[in-house]
Amino acid sequence: MAVGILLGPQRLAPTVGDELENLGVSGPVATITAGWQEREAEDQELEQALKVKTHNLNLYARCEEVFREDRSLFREHRQKQDRLRHLQDLYRVRLEYTLGAARKLQEVRLPTDLVNLHFDSAILAIRALDEEHIRLTTEVRNEFEDRVQPWTRPHLAKQIREVLDILNNCNAIAISGGNVVTLLNRLRLFHIAAELRQKPILAWSAGSMALSDRIVLFHDHPPQGPGNAEVLDRGLGFFHNVVLLPHAKRRLNLDDKRRVLLFSRRFAPAACVAMNERCRIAFDGRRATAGADTLQLQQDGTLGPLEPSCL
Amino acid sequence: MSLKIHKLIHEIATKTSTVDAFLNENTFPIIEGSHTTFVYVGEATEVRLRHWVYGLPSAQPFIRVQGTDLWYHIIELPQGSRVEYKIETEIDGKVEWIRDPLNPLLAHDPFGANSVCQAHGYTAPDWTENDPEAREGTVEHIVIPRTPFGTGRRVTVYLPARFRKTRRYPLLVVHDGGDYLRYARLKTILDNLIHRLEVTPLIAALTHPADRLIEYPNNSQHAQFIVDYVIPTMERRYPVYNSPKWRCLMGASFGAVASLSTAWRNPEVFGGLLLQSGSFAFTDIGESRRGPNFAKVVEFVNAFRQNPGRPAEKVYLSCGIYESLIYENRSIVPLLQEAGMTVRYEEARDGHNWENWRDRMRTGLSWLFPGPLWMVYE
Repeated sequence: MAVGILLGPQRLAPTVGDELENLGVSGPVATITAGWQEREAEDQELEQALKVKTHNLNLYARCEEVFREDRSLFREHRQKQDRLRHLQDLYRVRLEYTLGAARKLQEVRLPTDLVNLHFDSAILAIRALDEEHIRLTTEVRNEFEDRVQPWTRPHLAKQIREVLDILNNCNAIAISGGNVVTLLNRLRLFHIAAELRQKPILAWSAGSMALSDRIVLFHDHPPQGPGNAEVLDRGLGFFHNVVLLPHAKRRLNLDDKRRVLLFSRRFAPAACVAMNERCRIAFDGRRATAGADTLQLQQDGTLGPLEPSCL
Repeated sequence: MSLKIHKLIHEIATKTSTVDAFLNENTFPIIEGSHTTFVYVGEATEVRLRHWVYGLPSAQPFIRVQGTDLWYHIIELPQGSRVEYKIETEIDGKVEWIRDPLNPLLAHDPFGANSVCQAHGYTAPDWTENDPEAREGTVEHIVIPRTPFGTGRRVTVYLPARFRKTRRYPLLVVHDGGDYLRYARLKTILDNLIHRLEVTPLIAALTHPADRLIEYPNNSQHAQFIVDYVIPTMERRYPVYNSPKWRCLMGASFGAVASLSTAWRNPEVFGGLLLQSGSFAFTDIGESRRGPNFAKVVEFVNAFRQNPGRPAEKVYLSCGIYESLIYENRSIVPLLQEAGMTVRYEEARDGHNWENWRDRMRTGLSWLFPGPLWMVYE
């Protein structure tokens, strides 16, 4: 288990500065804002909130530069991303029916023991599909990394050396939210997970999702589509047994007990945590503690206090 | 079902309540399940409900509660309905249309304002209201000095929050832009939907017609203005994609006709069309009964139905069930689909008005310009 604090959204009520003090870090701090994509460098407010000197690793801009210089790497990367996208589309088609079956069973009015039997099987089918999807995406990524070994290519290797130099001079890492796919891509491409793990980490929203075992995309009422939560990929796995749900209050129907129950049972034994503003989970390397307002989706369909001992 | 008005009638007869108490205890119109009771208080010879629900008699008489100056009329409205109306009073032969004095809810349009009845199950979408968390885009005005109309034309430009010149944006060209801003809250909606990541940040060019009844029905000058003047000007002055895929034309009523006819005259210029309550009047045989303003519309729609071509890849179409144009809009859907276009069609229990068009924008815009909702967690 790494050392760090996972936080809820920071834009409206930033707590990162106080949390950095809780970690006992005086700075400088390396920041990763690659999830903001082309706005990566607009980090002045973040530096103010952290209240210490920061060095942005500029992973997004560096990657764009590498792709401009190493066109073959760019093509390989894009091909891999296309395959991942296709896998996601195919998984989504099956997920709609598998999830649909479980939802239908939640509405059936027949003897409870028989319904439960089928509902348990339906949950197992969803979990099997999620696991298969993760296995397939991992295979695609591993094949790309084994064959291309991007971090050995000169342009990227040069950028990685510069990033590691900055990291060596920083006492902590702060990873912001944003586009979780872009963020995860950049973190993987720069192959710096081992180095990041050595420092205390503050991460929020997409940043915290990228550090967990498994990334789940979710929205219960999107303007288009059925709103089925879907597994994207493995995360970097710094923090275990937790599915992080930033902006849960806004993105999920937390009053809908059936949806909450299904979500919770689907991803058990991992704790599905509603990470709203001011929520926090702190990891000291051995155990976790949670803020009083940090709630998890429970298997009875309600929200309850996060039980850190399960993390 | 016993309604509040029936209880009042009984209580008036038994002298156990008064009109004043009834007025103090209720908001109007009274919504009770599928029943809506409209109420008017005042001296009159006759009182009528005036509305624009196609299929119902457009003037419906109120009944006077005996011994009082309170009038009422009950109609059944399906769940989710939204109806704009006025009250017609007749006093000594003098007829007047007024807004419902007991109902503060109004909908504005270029002709003034109507009272609004929100039936059971309707609520104004929250994304149409100002969201203090949403970053605001900006609006600026430019002038295209020479146009096919022989005069300069003002175009209002919407730029999304956190606009950057180094980035490229889709372009949405909006007919009747001023009305969309004033009566359908277009700027608030764009700010909110972009903030919620449901719509990708985009630039909108809002055009303002001089005479829409002349310029909009398949007018070659208008099509030329949009394609040869508005789009090149936007591409020159703003970082918009130079690609049909990222261009969309939008309009309501005659503005939808202008959008469709401009795209029809200029295939492969627009990737998307957002058409609301299009005035797509046509004839299979004989003359149209919709009057002279529709003559050129009918001529165009007949020609379009004969040879639709492929004006765009994706078409979002919406219409109110209570509009007289519902038949025409339903008819055009299979035609567009058969011509190879991807169509998203939506109906609502509403009429031919700006708040109907306001309420449909989330579905239309998020379908044509989907935002990164699933991927972004700020």
